[in-house]
Amino acid sequence: MRIEDHPIIKFKRGKPVSFTFEGRQIEAFEGETIAAALHAAGVRVLSHSHNLKRPRGFFCAIGNCSSCLMKVNGAYNVRICVEPVNEGDRVEMQEGRGDIIAQA
Amino acid sequence: MLEKTGVPDPEQINKITPSQERLKNGPVAIVECFQNIPCDPCRYACRQGAIKEFADINDLPVIDHEECNGCGLCISECPGLAIFVIDASYSADEGLIKMPYEYLPLPEQGEEVIGIDTEGREVCNARVVKVQNTKALDRTPVVTLAVPQAQLMKVRSFVKKGGE
Amino acid sequence: MLKPEIAIVGGGPAGLSAALSAVRQGAEVMLLDRDPSLGGQLVKQTHMFFGSKKEYAAIRGIDIPGKLISALEDEGKGRFKPLLNTAVLGYYDDGVILADKEEEAMLIKPQKIVIATGAAEKMLPFPGNDLPGVYGAGAVQTLMNVYGIKPGNRVLMVGAGNIGLIVSYQLRQAGVEVAAIIEGASRIGGYLVHATKVRRAGIPILTSHTIKEAYGKQKVEGALICNLDENWCAIPGSDKDMKVDVICLAVGLTPQTELLWQAGCQQKYLPELGGYVPLRNEKMQTSLSSVYVAGDVACIEEAGSAMVEGKIAGLFAAADLGYDEKVEERFLAYSQELEELRAGPTGAKIREGLARLNGGV
Repeated sequence: MRIEDHPIIKFKRGKPVSFTFEGRQIEAFEGETIAAALHAAGVRVLSHSHNLKRPRGFFCAIGNCSSCLMKVNGAYNVRICVEPVNEGDRVEMQEGRGDIIAQA
Repeated sequence: MLEKTGVPDPEQINKITPSQERLKNGPVAIVECFQNIPCDPCRYACRQGAIKEFADINDLPVIDHEECNGCGLCISECPGLAIFVIDASYSADEGLIKMPYEYLPLPEQGEEVIGIDTEGREVCNARVVKVQNTKALDRTPVVTLAVPQAQLMKVRSFVKKGGE
Repeated sequence: MLKPEIAIVGGGPAGLSAALSAVRQGAEVMLLDRDPSLGGQLVKQTHMFFGSKKEYAAIRGIDIPGKLISALEDEGKGRFKPLLNTAVLGYYDDGVILADKEEEAMLIKPQKIVIATGAAEKMLPFPGNDLPGVYGAGAVQTLMNVYGIKPGNRVLMVGAGNIGLIVSYQLRQAGVEVAAIIEGASRIGGYLVHATKVRRAGIPILTSHTIKEAYGKQKVEGALICNLDENWCAIPGSDKDMKVDVICLAVGLTPQTELLWQAGCQQKYLPELGGYVPLRNEKMQTSLSSVYVAGDVACIEEAGSAMVEGKIAGLFAAADLGYDEKVEERFLAYSQELEELRAGPTGAKIREGLARLNGGV
């Protein structure tokens, strides 16, 4: 899904990093957001709605809409569309509204 | 109708088409800009003074085809990519169209491609005569196609053969 | 507590222009932006801009921030302080701003503030609009033009305004198929040169069409679209099934006015300008004398106009602090420029909205 040649833009990708999503290892590049890296890896469902458990993905990708909240390294409600990916990040789907106190 | 479909009407095209005499005299720019929008870079791009000064930035460009020498400097300067240069003097059967082309891969000189009209339909075979992609064009390459004379006012894009 | 002369919230086209205008007057400017780099949404605009040759027309949007930033560093030496990764969270009664810079709280009390927070994308109600794969046009641009990631394989674009048309063209440039652009209105809303460009690229534009539903189990697998009559009612039997994996919504923007509400600036609902917008005078000064506005937060418009509004807001924020060199001359030039950009038929809606804003009706 990554674009290699583009008529207008030269993409400068950072060094390769890897992180986990629901325990599965995913390769990404430094400088990408978690949402971008998950999308490139084919992950579309990021969470489920609270009541009907409908699948949810991101919508705005600029930190406005909160449709992409996930649990990152134990912290709940991280807007992964504006959260840079780091080597070794542990990204998980969160159940419900989460907790304001991060879990170890 | 342009506002409903995004395709200019034949009357609109007729209105901006140079005279048959002028077309026979060699390359000339065709400005397919049909809506008053606030935009004026074309007039600054023209070194011949063929594109007249705007009284209002929302004016449609007015080009004097007699003063235009078909140099094509305006092609890559138009933010709407709405300017083409037509040369009907190329040969008895074929004419040339210079057009902006911001896609990859760029075609090769001599490559056979398919000419596309304003509705996105395939209309004829075309041959790539020249591909310009200098720094001055700022990532808007200009491709020159040879097409049958009858298709000169029809072909406005192309696709590579056998898909991309 | 930091006490800059002027704080500008938002480093997009309006905020950057306001900063440049203010430092040119001699003022000291702190520019706050929540993103790691300046430029706002310009960094995703690969196409050449329209407008006046004086105002970056024919320059690609992606190249504009660099030009403004180097001018700022040059002309604002020692007086221009950008604070990146800094989200402004609140505006308090005593004129104090609370910001979050990489999880550190910051208190800032500027003498003047320019709010240039831009806009948010609108949503469209239809069954299935919450499925993964229904994305805002800005999200599609972010994935594709910032991170170089294809949003999907086949896209249905909803909305034939400038954003819908431009993003469709950009998708085609990125090698993604656009099945169609659908538009509820009977006419294309965006610039027709964009429309002719996407038609030549083989993308159909279906006016008087809307989306009925998005379907798919875990993510978008397709969409049902239908024809609308002149009263915007679905024509029975006109349904078409489009197999797409992305539905891109380009159905308009609305000003991000939260900070203005907090500050207590008077606002008015004007659909022509995108929603609630702040009342302001010709100096871009709101009902609170120390608060100025510029760009999409003041009125949804093209980036060219946003930049001129920024210049006006920055000029007067500085002038009101005493940096008033050539203020009248500059204001005259900027306001003429703005008037010209809005003078044509495509500016009619903006002119109506602004007339109603000032007319108090």
